[in-house]
Amino acid sequence: MTTITDPPRGAFRLSMLINDTRYRSYTFQFIALLILIAMMAFLGMNLVRNLAAAGLNISYDFLGQPAGYDLNQRLVEYTSQSSHWTAAVVGILNTLLVAFMACVTATIFGVIAGVLRLSKNWLVSKLMAVYVEAFRNVPVLIWIIIISTIVTTLPQPRAFRGETPDAEMLFGAFAATNRGVYTPAPVWGPGSLIVVLTFLASIVGIVMFRRYATKQLYDHGRDIKTFLPSLAIFFVPTLIMFFIMGRPVTLDYPALTGFNFQGGLQIQRPLIALWLALSIYTGAFIAENVRAGIQAVSTGQTEAASSLGLRPGRVMNLVVLPQALRVIIPPLISQFLNITKNSSLAIAVGYADITATLGGITLNQTGRAIECVLLLMLFYLVISLGISAVMNVYNRSISLRER
Amino acid sequence: MTDVNSHNVAFVREDQLPQLPPPLAASGLVKWLRENLFSSIPYSILTLAALYAVYSILAGVLPWLLNGVWTTDNIRECRDVLDGATGGCFSVLTDRWSQLLFGIAYPNDQYWRPTLAFVLLFVAAAPVLFNTMPRALFIVTGLYPFLAFWLIWGGSIAIPIMALVGFIVGYLVYSRFVADSFAMGFIGGVVAALVTWWIGGFVTASMEGVLALETVPSRDMGGFMLNMILGVVCVSLSLPLGIVLALGRQSSMPIIKWICVVFIEFIRGVPLITLLFVANVVLAYFLPPGTNFDLILRVIIMITMFSAAYIAEVIRGGLAALPRGQYEAGDSLGLDYAQSMRLIILPQALKISIPGIVNVAVGLFKDTTLVSVISMFDLVGMIRGPILASTDWNGVYWELWAFAAFLFFIVCYGISQYSQWLERQLATDHR
Repeated sequence: MTTITDPPRGAFRLSMLINDTRYRSYTFQFIALLILIAMMAFLGMNLVRNLAAAGLNISYDFLGQPAGYDLNQRLVEYTSQSSHWTAAVVGILNTLLVAFMACVTATIFGVIAGVLRLSKNWLVSKLMAVYVEAFRNVPVLIWIIIISTIVTTLPQPRAFRGETPDAEMLFGAFAATNRGVYTPAPVWGPGSLIVVLTFLASIVGIVMFRRYATKQLYDHGRDIKTFLPSLAIFFVPTLIMFFIMGRPVTLDYPALTGFNFQGGLQIQRPLIALWLALSIYTGAFIAENVRAGIQAVSTGQTEAASSLGLRPGRVMNLVVLPQALRVIIPPLISQFLNITKNSSLAIAVGYADITATLGGITLNQTGRAIECVLLLMLFYLVISLGISAVMNVYNRSISLRER
Repeated sequence: MTDVNSHNVAFVREDQLPQLPPPLAASGLVKWLRENLFSSIPYSILTLAALYAVYSILAGVLPWLLNGVWTTDNIRECRDVLDGATGGCFSVLTDRWSQLLFGIAYPNDQYWRPTLAFVLLFVAAAPVLFNTMPRALFIVTGLYPFLAFWLIWGGSIAIPIMALVGFIVGYLVYSRFVADSFAMGFIGGVVAALVTWWIGGFVTASMEGVLALETVPSRDMGGFMLNMILGVVCVSLSLPLGIVLALGRQSSMPIIKWICVVFIEFIRGVPLITLLFVANVVLAYFLPPGTNFDLILRVIIMITMFSAAYIAEVIRGGLAALPRGQYEAGDSLGLDYAQSMRLIILPQALKISIPGIVNVAVGLFKDTTLVSVISMFDLVGMIRGPILASTDWNGVYWELWAFAAFLFFIVCYGISQYSQWLERQLATDHR
């Protein structure tokens, strides 16, 4: 054995800041910090001088002034007299609305297409491959515009008029027109709160019942069927309460009066176009993630499960899916983030999202470019970091616990 | 064995029967159909539904495609020719072909320049993409950026040549000093290049007319050419920046690490459109008063930053995937940080990250269409603006959008097929 001695500890010399690896990192970091500060100062000074030259200042007062423009799709009260801030809130809610709707439908499309692409049916799997490749390899902006154009070719509201109309309403309740889709809207009468509460309570009941069934299975080996009882809990109490309270919830059907539909719930054309485009486009990406996830589970797992005597459905539910989900979830999260960020393309079809209100009309009217873009970025940053934080927690809860 | 059957018994056959063909239902087309399309009742229903879907798509598209009109000058003439029959007015493509590819303002008699640059792009990219190409082609790759700049933007050839000389001088100084220390070589190279460019500024000023092509300002770029320029330039620039960011994020120095983390997460958290807004309306406030960057340069800066952040994350994945032993091997050989990164870590990490980088590149190329939102006339901008707004072609949506989708599909599908091919090529080890 040789003994390793410490390197000689001489006095600190200035040259050690460059030549000695123990101190060199401080030098580098100091230089990096200096460069960063110098750059910030340079940009900041330019900003101050440019603003002074243009006679501008940084101020957020414009948010309180009346916006003076109209927005057709809105979830909260808004008139053209409302402030720019209210317009921004309308935009934020619209962004969240379309992002949420698109996340749900894109997941559905993606899972269906991904599973079907692995199907043994040659025609179906090839068809899904065409769908995936066609949508993955063309810019989402072009798809949004194409789908928006398709929606404009839907019949006009007046096509529904007359004895023998050119277009007919679906079930007498839904009308797809080039101004948007009209659906029945629920009208909440007195006592409807109790019905809703009953419904929520029955959902909690289903979750608890399923937990109980799983516990019985694990602890006592009793296999309790959950599907039909869940279905019963889902419908029966709410329906009973609905009739006890004297049918407080009614539907308001859209009806054709004059040249347009009145009543009901109108989903505007831009929202439909953006929603469909984002979900079909992202669905193609999710399909690839789902396919990769299912293929990542080795066939040995399926065979082992079958040899234990599990039926195909249970093989899928108990063995393949839990393992595939671990592979699917992380890319799925980034697809959800992509949907949220891509929803900013609403500006191309005239949907009033945050980019179109705050970053579009408000910016152009007030000329407050820096403030508007800064707020816009801040909003997306908060949303992105928020979604990824929530999803990371979920991801950690299902990830493999290695020992 | 033959002896066993050699009692001449009447019911024992002496010769083997010829092999019969399999039953009709278990061979050929019928077997394939049964196995792949009609194996069970649900599958048969699925197949019929898929067949119906294919039929309805083809029934809609084929007459439109085959009965198309290619030779008229405007939409009214086209509709007269069609006379109510189904068919596409593809003559918008032939009529506006050069606008779709080069934009509105690029001088008509100079179209050969971007076309030549486009063709040379394949020559320059070939040695990078395919290992089997002769190594000498890398000279073309090195010269290409300067040549392409001269071809597309025009002006005196002295400017790109001086830029090239600066790089060469910088590289010579770097290779002279890099044996001593990487930092010395790097700083020396940068200083030498800057000095050369500074001197070169005087030289080019005096050589204005040498081999001068007609100058085309950036704002005249448009059409699919603009998408290609933005895509190629931004991907190539963002690759080195992405490597630096990825290494910075992996660094053990906290300040450098946090600078990189904040940059990457900030860029990845906002949509590209907001960055383009920054390029369009905000960036000018942060530049010294009086400087006038043109829009295309500002957009290139922002898109490069955008894709660098994504590429950095891909490369970080590659760096993390390398076994620790590789880092330790580098250290134990006595290599310093720059050497072990250059010689051991990065070649392997980059190789792992190639598919991811290609994905980012495809995504970025698709995202170049977003510049139409800040009123630049790329392919999408050309279609939405000048072409659809003109009285000649107002209303020809499907033909134009199908063409745009087709162009992007060809490029992106080609790149992704290349990436898959490359993955198979690189999957030779770790089997």
